[in-house]
Parts: sequence; structure tokens; C-alpha cells
Amino acid sequence: MYPQILTAGSGLLASLLFIFGLKRMSSPVTARSGIVVAGVGMLIVVITSFFYLLSLPEAAVARLPVNLALALVALAIGISLAWWSGKTVAMTAMPQMVALYNGMGGGAAAAIAAVDMLSGRSTAALPLVMTVAGALIGSVSLAGSVIAWAKLDGRINSTWRWPGQRFFNGAVFIATVALGLAFIVLAGGTHSSPLAGVFFAGALSFGVLMTLPIGGADMPVVISLYNAFTGLAVGLEGYAMQNPALMIAGMVVGSAGMLLTLLMAKAMNRSIANVLFSNFGAIAAGGAADIKGQLRPVEAADAAVTMRYASSVIIACGYGLAVAQAQQKLYEFVKLLQAAGVDVKFAMHPVAGRMPGHMNVLLAEAGVPYDIIFDMADINDSFAETDVALVIGANDVVNPAARSDKSSPIYGMPILNVDKARQVYVIKRGQGRGYAGVENLLFYEENCNMVYGDAQAVLVKMIQAIKDLGE
Amino acid sequence: MMFETSMTFVIALYIFMLAAFTGYEVISRVPSILHTPLMSGSNFVHGIVVVGALYSLFNAVTITEEAIGFCGVLLGAGNAAGGYVVTARMLAMFKASDKNKKA
Repeated sequence: MYPQILTAGSGLLASLLFIFGLKRMSSPVTARSGIVVAGVGMLIVVITSFFYLLSLPEAAVARLPVNLALALVALAIGISLAWWSGKTVAMTAMPQMVALYNGMGGGAAAAIAAVDMLSGRSTAALPLVMTVAGALIGSVSLAGSVIAWAKLDGRINSTWRWPGQRFFNGAVFIATVALGLAFIVLAGGTHSSPLAGVFFAGALSFGVLMTLPIGGADMPVVISLYNAFTGLAVGLEGYAMQNPALMIAGMVVGSAGMLLTLLMAKAMNRSIANVLFSNFGAIAAGGAADIKGQLRPVEAADAAVTMRYASSVIIACGYGLAVAQAQQKLYEFVKLLQAAGVDVKFAMHPVAGRMPGHMNVLLAEAGVPYDIIFDMADINDSFAETDVALVIGANDVVNPAARSDKSSPIYGMPILNVDKARQVYVIKRGQGRGYAGVENLLFYEENCNMVYGDAQAVLVKMIQAIKDLGE
Repeated sequence: MMFETSMTFVIALYIFMLAAFTGYEVISRVPSILHTPLMSGSNFVHGIVVVGALYSLFNAVTITEEAIGFCGVLLGAGNAAGGYVVTARMLAMFKASDKNKKA
């Protein structure tokens, strides 16, 4: 009796701390304490789960020493490997790391379901439906997250597309669901174990097949979706195990993750279905509108001096900045401008970086204070009153074709209105196209000049140019 | 004294509904600069799956169940620990500029 009260009470406390922690994480001022609060909740609920050992069913008591040892070893290995990898991973590689940890959670949910299904202990229809549904979602999340990780980490570069792929994937999905239903109907029968095995194989293959054709640019939305999936799977397994803490934590993440996914897709002007099934990028290559005008390159030093004597500068940066590892240099340049009395702001597109908010993290790593970084919605009207807009490593998110060219694949996507600034400088490595493969009309505008070169090298030149002025 | 900890399906539905609403509310007012840490933070929260995996392993009576349960605990622990570390690392970087700190 007492262990039951203890586990139930700690579950309740943990749920409370999770929600309170997530709430605190929703503001930059309190965010740091938020994760600590949630962490305390996790610690409490994991430690008290060992009290369950005091009220084990007869059959399991005999295996107690073995199971306890296995649990401690698994915890030790899992925690230390994840702790080490989390501490050492580079900030630029954060999205794929989140994908990997998320896949592990999905795998754990699927493992819980697998034990339950193979043991044949539960035969009641409703918990069984929940278990099987959680198994399906968790397995898809595991397999899909691993593919997403491999793609973002550059381990899989091709996008595996073939004719009739959608129908094939659909067939695999339907077959897997049918296997799951068959398992529920035949629960407790002699064929349960092989049936469960084929079911898991189907669910895992579907996760792989579904993720393979999706391009790298869409991967953040997919990772966010799988994050919601894992939450949902955990919630469902929570019901099957009659554990309210798992249900609450899982469902909170399930709905929060789903909303986050919708926000991301909206920022890219796409629907979730479009991201998952459109094979974006394959069709975008053709159909560029006629381009008038020409590219006008300038020297880095000239651009730097113009900014030094401007009264306001807005910087729009994208993932290219992080690829060139130039965030530190950029902030050094910004500090020089600020010292000269220039009003410098950062404009952030919602999908800048490899994941929404990823660029903010990368700028924060370089020491840029978060209160000079503005969301697109808050700063877009300010470009018209701004002297200079500096674009670094961003392309599609500043392409005016999204506003004007109906034939463009990015038409309708919200963009940063950098072209409204009096002067635009674009730091760019070469004349290539952006992630979506679309020609950028901004570069041909009257008020736009190109500064060609590696972002880091260009910024070094700019910093030097300003320092030379001071002497 | 009896201590009843089981629940009916209807009560489960209530819990799911309220939890889903809570998740929606918590996220809907978040500025996009925090989306990445928050995705990572919610990723950490579903690491509670390790508790379910521990129960599975403690209840295991065959070698197969023990093997799968072991994998479940390993993966769940990785989810929780990894999610915590990367979230804390990201959030530690968010700092206000000096003038706002004094204000």
C-alpha cells in the first residue's frame, strides 16, 4: 500500500514540476530555471519508481536481483552515454542530436509495448488498443528520427524517391495497421509472438520509408512531428500501464509538439501534408522568372564604412553564417558599430537555421544579447526606415519573389523585407541558389550590392576597415 | 483502508484532454527565439518514458522480456539525460545585454 501512495504521489508532483518547468521555459528570463525544475521532477519520479519493487507480483519476485541489476546497468549506460554526447555536441549539430534523443524516447515507448504484447498478460481490448497504437507511433518515431538524424548529420545525402513510392508506403502502413488489429483480435492466441514481430518490423520500415524521401530543408518540421509522436506514444503507454504521470507528460508534449510543428510549417508557408508528401525541391529547379538587371559586387571595406556611418543597421542572418562559423566575428563587428553609435538590430526569420530558433541559439553562443534580436513580425515594418540591411548566409527567406512571383515555388512564404531598406548588402560565397533552388530577385534590385566571399573572411575585412578608420 | 489507484477509461480521457490543452497553452505564447530550446525541453519531458520502461523490466519474467525491457530503460534513460543536458546547455547561453540587466 505505501509504495503505491509513494509512486502515485511522486508522479503527481513530477507532472506539476514538468508543466511549471515548461511554463518557465517559455520566457528567456526564466528559461534557465525552467529546465532545472523539470529536471528535479524527473529525478524524483525515477528514484521513487524503484519503490515499485516492494509490491511486485509473485512471478517477478524470483527475478528481482537480475532485473534490478539490469535496470541499474541500463540506467548507468544510457545516462552516461547521453550525458557525454550532449555535453560535447556542437551547437550547430543540435537539431540532429534532439532528433536522436527523441528517437530513443520513441524506442523506449515501443519497447514497453513490446514487453506487454509478448507477455500476453493483458487481454482486455481497450488497454491493448492503446498499447498497439503506442507501439506503432513509437516505432515510427524511432525509425524516422534515426533517418532524420542521418540526413541532417550528412550520413544520408540522397533522397530516395521512386515512382509509386507513396502508394507503396501507404500499402506498408495499411498492412502494419492490419497486423496490429489482428494482434488485438487474436490476443493471447498461439500466434501472438510472431504476429507482434512482423507488426514491429512493419512499423519500423514505415518510419524509414516515410522519412527517406523528405528533403533536408524540411527535416526540422519532421523532427518536431516525431517529437509530438513520441509524446503521444508515451501517453498511450501510460494509459496501458495505468500511470497518470506518463499520460500527462506524454500528452502535454504530444499537443505542444503538434502545435510547434504547425507553427513551423506555417512559417514555411506549407501544410504538414505538403511537407510529408510533396517531394519538395525536386520540382523547384525550373521555372525561374525572367530576371532584369545585374549583380553589383562591392568591396567588403566599402560596405563596412557605409555601415559605420549609417544611423541604423538591421542584420538578417541564416544558417550560412553558422556554416562559415562566423558568429563570433559578426558580433565583434556589431560591437564596433555599436561603439560608433550605430543602432544595430538582428532580424530573425522563424525558420532561420536548421530548426526554428536554432539561429538564436547560435547567436547566443557567440554572446549576442537576446534583446537586440527581433522576430520577423516585430521588425519587418522597420526595414523601410533603416539605412542598411546586411544579409549573411540567408537566401530564400529574403527573396522578394515570395511576395511577387506567383510561379515561384516559394510564393506566399513570409519573408524578411530587407529589400525595403535604403541599402542592402548581401555577403555570399558564390552565385549559387538557396536551399529551395530558386533564383533570388533581391540580388538584382537597384539598392542591393553583393559582397562575395566566405562570411568569416569578409567580416574580418570589415572589422579591419572600421578599425583603420578609428586610427 | 483501500487505496485505489486504477482509473476508468472516461477518467483517462479527461486526463488526456486536460493535458493536451495544457501543452497547447504553454507553447502558444512562446516567442520563436525559444522554439529550439523548448522543443528540446519537451523532448526531455517525454523522457519520463524511462519510468514506464523500468516498470516493464521489473515485471519481466522471461529472457526476451528482460532483453527488451533492458533496451527500453537504456533508450529512455538516454532520452531523459540527453534531453536535459542539451536543453540546459542551450538555455545557459541566453543572456540579456548589459543595459537591460541593470534596469
